[in-house]
Amino acid sequence: MILLPCPYCGSRNVSEFRYVGELSTRPDPNATNAEEWRAFLYVRANPAGWTTETWFHRAGCRQHFVVERHTVTNEVRTSRLPAAQLRDREDERATGGNVANDSGGATY
Amino acid sequence: MRMFNNRNGSENGHRANGYRKPARYSALDLVRHGLSGSDWPRAWHAHDLRPSYDVVIVGGGVHGLATAYYLAREHGITSVAVLDKGYIGSGGSGRNTAIIRSNYLTPEGVRFYDRSVKLYETLSADLNFNAMFAQRGHLTLAHNDSSLRTMHWRAEVNKLEGIDSEVIGPDEIKWLVPYMDTSESVRYPILGALYHPPGGIIRHDAVVWGYARGADALGVHIHQNTEVTGIDVAGGRVRGVKTSRGDIATPIVVNCTAGWSTLISDMAGVKMPISTFPLQAAVTEPVRPFLDPVIVSGTLHVYVSQTDRGELVFGASVDPFTSYSMRGSLEFTEGLAGHVLELMPSLARMRVLRQWAGLCDMTPDFSPIMGTTPVAGFLIDVGWGTYGFKAGPVSGETMAELIATGKTPELIAPFGLDRFAKGDLMGEKGAAAVGH
Repeated sequence: MILLPCPYCGSRNVSEFRYVGELSTRPDPNATNAEEWRAFLYVRANPAGWTTETWFHRAGCRQHFVVERHTVTNEVRTSRLPAAQLRDREDERATGGNVANDSGGATY
Repeated sequence: MRMFNNRNGSENGHRANGYRKPARYSALDLVRHGLSGSDWPRAWHAHDLRPSYDVVIVGGGVHGLATAYYLAREHGITSVAVLDKGYIGSGGSGRNTAIIRSNYLTPEGVRFYDRSVKLYETLSADLNFNAMFAQRGHLTLAHNDSSLRTMHWRAEVNKLEGIDSEVIGPDEIKWLVPYMDTSESVRYPILGALYHPPGGIIRHDAVVWGYARGADALGVHIHQNTEVTGIDVAGGRVRGVKTSRGDIATPIVVNCTAGWSTLISDMAGVKMPISTFPLQAAVTEPVRPFLDPVIVSGTLHVYVSQTDRGELVFGASVDPFTSYSMRGSLEFTEGLAGHVLELMPSLARMRVLRQWAGLCDMTPDFSPIMGTTPVAGFLIDVGWGTYGFKAGPVSGETMAELIATGKTPELIAPFGLDRFAKGDLMGEKGAAAVGH
């Protein structure tokens, strides 16, 4: 794989990015047990095929994003923002764009 | 090509041959065959798949073949099948950079790898197969205070365990490797090194072939081009394996794969704390011998040694993202060349002959995962990251003992799969990794 599509910057050389890891859901620290927590920390699906993972655009927009990649061919199928940011975007649209801007009215 | 053309040969590698115990190799034999031009006997044989075996080993690399060899030799268990989806030694055993050493960081790791070095020292004689182990010494360079501190730490742990290992300064490095740039006018000046005289390099294919020949002579069946497609588990016990050539009933399956260890364990329903990364290596054209010890630099992410043929073998750290692809990349070669030239600028005119990649099963603590699993009869010898080849003999010896006695040998007790559930990790990153 030479090019990785960043949802903000478009296709860039893979050397600009940092691989973060397989997309996983962190268990609720107040409700989990040691076994579940350690499985979250250490166990990986590590498939030979399509996998969903997080990358970080280190030398570009410095944003995290989510990629669907084939681990044998390194082909990339989709690239999108993380779920939390997608939710923020939807909230922004629903409230007219005031949710994310909590900086006291300053504009940048 | 004559050797591969003899009358016992089979087109597909599966045809059963009449079994013959191989003659011992000797200097006299060499002269006799050299003068007569006659064929050498096959070092190992193809067999039909039996419907059942006492032990099935998945993976025909150094770990799988050594396990089979010690099972037969030390414990008299000869109903053993070694399955490989390609040819033996086609995975990590034929792709590593053939470095042997035991100067690790944890006392458990040092004891374990030291046993391997001891076995390697007598391996050629034990197997009657020249593995060309050259104990030329091993230098791990330190370019900053923190790595020098780790070198001192490792040296003290090593000495406590009785390993020949010490920190030396730039003058001594220069004496050992006259071509090394030990000046202070470079980007990462060399402050010192961990010197490990028993370390060295070996011919990795010969180790695989020697174990295969030894195991075959004791009655082990080596099945090449035989891919495992499933593992039968019923009532929490292993019942057999499905392969591309038919089913085998067996009470014990040993996962001795590297790269594919997660996929094989998945077949038995055992979850693994493993991520698979490619590691790239390269070799130059041969030149006259000039480099005696093995050189490793964690800061520059590179290790260099010169083979008996005179080629320089370069290895690097693992690629920065997981993949099962074994393709090389230009970025790797560029980075590697730059780092090698920082150490030895006089190599600037040398040409790279070829590059390749192998798969490394990285664990969270840079230690292997060995022993039993929640599935009875399913044993693992995996998670070998970037340090599997040097552990081949000791892994075979200890896994064979575990299979034969049902008890986990003390030497591998710290490397169990349950350490991740208990949070009892064996941090070996400071000595097992090159910059990752």
